[in-house]
Amino acid sequence: MTDLALEKAGTATVRRLSPAPFGIGALLIVAYGVLPLVASEYLFDAILTPFLALALAGLGLNILIGYAGQVSLGSSAFMAVGAYAAYNLALRLPGLPFLVDILLAGLVAAAVGLLFGLPSLRLRGFYLAVSTLAAQFFVQWVFNKVGWFSNDSPSGIVTVPPLSVAGLPLDSSAGRYLFALGVVTAVTLAVWRLVESPTGRALVALRDHETAARVIGIPVLRVKLLAFAVSSFIIGVAGVLWAFAYLRTVEPAGFNLDRSFQILFIVIIGGLASLRGAFLGAALIVVFPLLLSRLGEALLGGLFDSGVLEMSQRIVLGLLIVTFLIAEPAGLTALLDRAWSRIAGRFRRAG
Amino acid sequence: MEWQFFTEVLVGGLLSGVMYSLVAIGFVLIYKTSGVLNFAQGALLLFAALTFVSLTERGLPIWAAILLTLAAMTAIGALIERTVLRPLVNQPPITLFMATLGVSYVIEGAAQLLWGTQVHGLDLGIDDLPLEIGGVLISSFDLFAAAVAGAMVAALTLFFRYTRIGLGFRAVADDQLAALAVGLSLDRIWTAVWTAAGVVALVAGLLWGARLGVQFSLSLVVLKALPVLVLGGFDSISGAIVGGLIVGAVEKLAEVYVGPFVGGGIEGWIAYVAALGFLLIRPSGLFGAKPVERV
Repeated sequence: MTDLALEKAGTATVRRLSPAPFGIGALLIVAYGVLPLVASEYLFDAILTPFLALALAGLGLNILIGYAGQVSLGSSAFMAVGAYAAYNLALRLPGLPFLVDILLAGLVAAAVGLLFGLPSLRLRGFYLAVSTLAAQFFVQWVFNKVGWFSNDSPSGIVTVPPLSVAGLPLDSSAGRYLFALGVVTAVTLAVWRLVESPTGRALVALRDHETAARVIGIPVLRVKLLAFAVSSFIIGVAGVLWAFAYLRTVEPAGFNLDRSFQILFIVIIGGLASLRGAFLGAALIVVFPLLLSRLGEALLGGLFDSGVLEMSQRIVLGLLIVTFLIAEPAGLTALLDRAWSRIAGRFRRAG
Repeated sequence: MEWQFFTEVLVGGLLSGVMYSLVAIGFVLIYKTSGVLNFAQGALLLFAALTFVSLTERGLPIWAAILLTLAAMTAIGALIERTVLRPLVNQPPITLFMATLGVSYVIEGAAQLLWGTQVHGLDLGIDDLPLEIGGVLISSFDLFAAAVAGAMVAALTLFFRYTRIGLGFRAVADDQLAALAVGLSLDRIWTAVWTAAGVVALVAGLLWGARLGVQFSLSLVVLKALPVLVLGGFDSISGAIVGGLIVGAVEKLAEVYVGPFVGGGIEGWIAYVAALGFLLIRPSGLFGAKPVERV
């Protein structure tokens, strides 16, 4: 009974990107036109760029969990694969343009994702979820053990070459942000096209009822593997952004289980099977801890040591997750929908 | 000689596998009755061990510390069930899983805020001397842990077989709606289950704490229990035992015979890969119930 229910994770129907193209237009204008002019370096480096990378990872995982109904707990492993692949491509094939590197890194992540997606052909629900942890621990171990991947750096931490596209240096905070923004916009558009296509419908059919999907002629095995490949591709690209645009270093410890859970939080808190959800969830996950530590330092900084502060943050984060899930299990995107329809209803009554 | 070494490794693995089973049983109890994969089991284990150690360090006699810790675990279990899981009834399992992940953050934070972050030693008064049995050296602590696990499984089995509340537990695990229909109180049974999971967490926490020291990393033993669960099946106590034995044996044997060739450190993933390979043959674990679908 439970395994069945798990496959139905997110019984909400597919939401269209938004009924309001104006809203998206306005967001894009702000993101491309206004923010690069007004934002400070801190805003780019600490909030906007990591937000974009995590939102992209959330988008990738949402295809797998939200649309296709296959739960994965090892997503940061694919971020690591993307990041290391891009690093090695840039290092060993210096002639390649960086955009080609990204594409190839995504394909490498997709191939690894396909491999670890194979068990999904046999396993369901939590059995599948736990077996995806094999990817998490195995990939991390490989990057730790095999020096070749990190160019035999003794510390295991490597610095990535500065970002530049088509001869244009993008190594300033704003440049790296704009680069990430461009990639995220392009991928989001492609994902939107995908989920609205017959293939996207096939993913949802697979999630809602695998046997029924098979009965109506959907090639279930192929669609499952496709979901793993596409999802890993996007998460891999997110890993490239994380390494090249945000941290500018790569190390295995940055892609641990906590990161995987973080991406899962983004998907669940944002809203399953919703493109918007990944962005809302990522915004919350990135901004909230910063706010919390600022607030904690301002209010209690003098009274307690940093250990106490860290523990209280852990508690508050846990409470926040639980509270959000109870208040709105369908995620922030449903919360937004409800607020919007309430406002719209009030206007209608007034007018 | 070669054979004797192999046996030693195997027995050591099997015995440490019993420790994994101890953690896994806590998961099984809750999964069976409410379908929740309770990720907070590791945090509960940490909390139990930390509370017990801190109480004894403050001069409480052991029996009082055990009683107080038990009371605390019961209260926490009931609280989680009331405030977190009850409002989330009928949500998809992944949402419930996320909620328990949030709960585990809260408990981990609270445990260390309450009792501090330093590492505590925990001495259960058992000497960890190697015993020689039939020419094979065995750790006496491992033997003791195995005996405790065996006793606990026996106690749980008796409890479920011969008490009213145990009978209710089995009814709920079998079919929640039917259990409700014949007038069983889900409230009471769920509270009882969480209490039982708290007791299991205390026992496992004490044994693991004596092994590793009572500290934050104790809560990471859940990661050791997960492959055990998929191997044995999420809803089977005997599965948790057998799964634990297999995982323990595979881990130790691989560490000794495969590890040196690949640079070591494989204990982090070998259990998962072994469980994965095994699952490809039996997708619901050894003893797990096969899902029946209606189209």
